[in-house]
Amino acid sequence: MITKRIIPCLDVKDGRVVKGVNFEKLGDVASPVDLARYYSENGADELVFYDITASAEGRALFTDILTETARTVFIPLTVGGGINTTADFDRVLKCGADKVSVNSGAIRDPSLVGKAAKLYGDQCVVLSVDVKRVDGVLRVYAKGGRENTGMEAIEWIRRCVGEGAGEVVVNSIDTDGVKQGFDLEMLEKVCEAVQVPVIASGGAGKIEDFITLFNALPGVDAGLAASIFHFGEVRISDLKKEMQKNGIPARY
Amino acid sequence: MVAIVDYGVGNLFSLKSSFAAIGQDAEVTSDAAVIRNADRVILPGVGAFADAARKLRESGLDETVRETAASGKPLMGICLGMQMLFERSLEYGEHQGLGLLRGEIRPIAERIPAGLKIPQMGWNALKFTRKDCPLFRHIREGDYVYFVHSYSAVGCEESLAAVAEYGADLTACVWKDNVSGCQFHPEKSGTVGLAILRAFCEVGA
Repeated sequence: MITKRIIPCLDVKDGRVVKGVNFEKLGDVASPVDLARYYSENGADELVFYDITASAEGRALFTDILTETARTVFIPLTVGGGINTTADFDRVLKCGADKVSVNSGAIRDPSLVGKAAKLYGDQCVVLSVDVKRVDGVLRVYAKGGRENTGMEAIEWIRRCVGEGAGEVVVNSIDTDGVKQGFDLEMLEKVCEAVQVPVIASGGAGKIEDFITLFNALPGVDAGLAASIFHFGEVRISDLKKEMQKNGIPARY
Repeated sequence: MVAIVDYGVGNLFSLKSSFAAIGQDAEVTSDAAVIRNADRVILPGVGAFADAARKLRESGLDETVRETAASGKPLMGICLGMQMLFERSLEYGEHQGLGLLRGEIRPIAERIPAGLKIPQMGWNALKFTRKDCPLFRHIREGDYVYFVHSYSAVGCEESLAAVAEYGADLTACVWKDNVSGCQFHPEKSGTVGLAILRAFCEVGA
């Protein structure tokens, strides 16, 4: 049976993991390559590298890091951040990324998803969406969640999947950082709307939040989180054990 | 030396790196002479069958791969590269494969219950149908490997070595004489994937 995936997300700026990370065993880890290797050896099913660099120098450094990671880590690697053109797809795929995640780039140029899917295949194109409720309506936000695009989220997701997005990462701005669990209501609507894999993001604070997610919504394929893994609040090996105990298929 | 056949399909960086990780010299090449001189050969592939088969034919390397198979040298197809080892594919029309293994490639949608997502994307466990397959020397039944596919091989009982359950038993691994294939991506399947590549490098060594 196919397993539910657990995906740590690493925000990378100027070649370092943002905020730094502290593991009991590893001490301070700021090298994305070391952290990626650590996660790979400790049960992560996939990794997301998110490039939050603004400068050209930082971008070059990011691709160096990516290359180095792909040389030593042999699990699927998704790259996002600053993906605005098919040339950006090309740049990160050449460095060893398996999938590329688009967010603001697709909002600016809605033809990007379709163009990239034709060039690299649907399975390579991941739509990432930041969603927030405004007066009870799910709205798509751009620029890292700072700008309301006015677009209705489910409609936007359905459209991008229609164009060829092979996977959707749904990040709920309402639950992000609150650590009170995933946004089940929002995720359920997404699962009903599309047939491609759905990755839940935003809100995980403890192991039980993942168990609740997968039990409540069989249509969700993966859970993504950042700081709770980085700061050791949730260890992926413990999470996988607990998933198995609860009858949720997990690679362990 | 392992030759990774480069016929212009997909990204071979991870594949090359995974051989480096197990201490094996591997070369990504489109040079028939290099492939002929290699100890073993990998036929990779991603994307659409028709497009990949056409590119392989146009590169002339289809003949080199056939020669490899005939020479008795270990040959392994990966993902779409594995599918091309078979007689034909029914992905958008009917397309000829290399015909090195008996069987054909058909949509998994025909075999799995409605409601399961297509492609099968993610980690699934291997069920061995032939425990003596040399590729399994360093792994155990139930180990997980990473799949991304919408089509799979059928009618390949002759070479079938492992399946993965996704609403139906889908062909995961094949082996006959010196010709083998993995539907999953060993280069993306962590330590289990590397162990399979290591076993491949030990065949006939």
